Amino acid sequence: MTVRIQTGPFDAQAEADALRDGDLDVGAVVTFVGTVRDVNEGTSVATLELEHYAGMTEKALDAIVDEARARFDVRRVLVVHRVGVLAPGDPIVLVAVTGAHRGAAFDACRFVMDYLKTRAPFWKKERTPQGERWVEARVADDDAAARWSGPPKGVA
Amino acid sequence: MRGTPASATSVVRLVFLARLREALGTSHERLDLAAPTTVGALRAMLCARGGAWAVELAPGRAVRVAVNHALVADDIRIGPGDEVAFFPPVTGG
Repeated sequence: MTVRIQTGPFDAQAEADALRDGDLDVGAVVTFVGTVRDVNEGTSVATLELEHYAGMTEKALDAIVDEARARFDVRRVLVVHRVGVLAPGDPIVLVAVTGAHRGAAFDACRFVMDYLKTRAPFWKKERTPQGERWVEARVADDDAAARWSGPPKGVA
Repeated sequence: MRGTPASATSVVRLVFLARLREALGTSHERLDLAAPTTVGALRAMLCARGGAWAVELAPGRAVRVAVNHALVADDIRIGPGDEVAFFPPVTGG
């Protein structure tokens, strides 16, 4: 299973170990873990609630993983994304990539995160001292995803 | 191409998520379209309901639309049985 949505925490190291298990020609294992910050837009954040569009989320993440595997010379890709109520410091998302060499693995990991940020149907709502508020999408995230448009990179 | 007999009704399922769900006060509804339409025309029709619909779906607001779980543009046609979801730009990760 290359994508998973879950409410509970994940063990990044155990996931990475399982992902590379048996692949002795794998020389690079890249993992990215996104975590909840205790401050956003200058306001302290007590909790973060993540909502998603069940049914579409899995398809969107599968498509992103397929795209990463087509663009980069990597072996396996895993995405685990949490939903529900999270606290500052909690891990939200894990992207793990294995491959023969580090370059493609790093690129694929970053590509998956950049695309996830703009294409996977998740939404964050923050609870702050001033009340609840939906997190607004950031232009910087669109820019990061746009960086990958054009001819595929990192396969050379 | 979708084949939609002129006499057939076109029932679609609408889904509203995140801020839109809260602002509109509903998570989903069944809508019987009198005639085949496009994503953009459907949005305009919902916008014409007034109130929160007019605010949230106003032309200037950033609203994403997915038909049957795939992000689409305004000119995509909607057919019978389609699930059409409206939501704000995503903020996961």
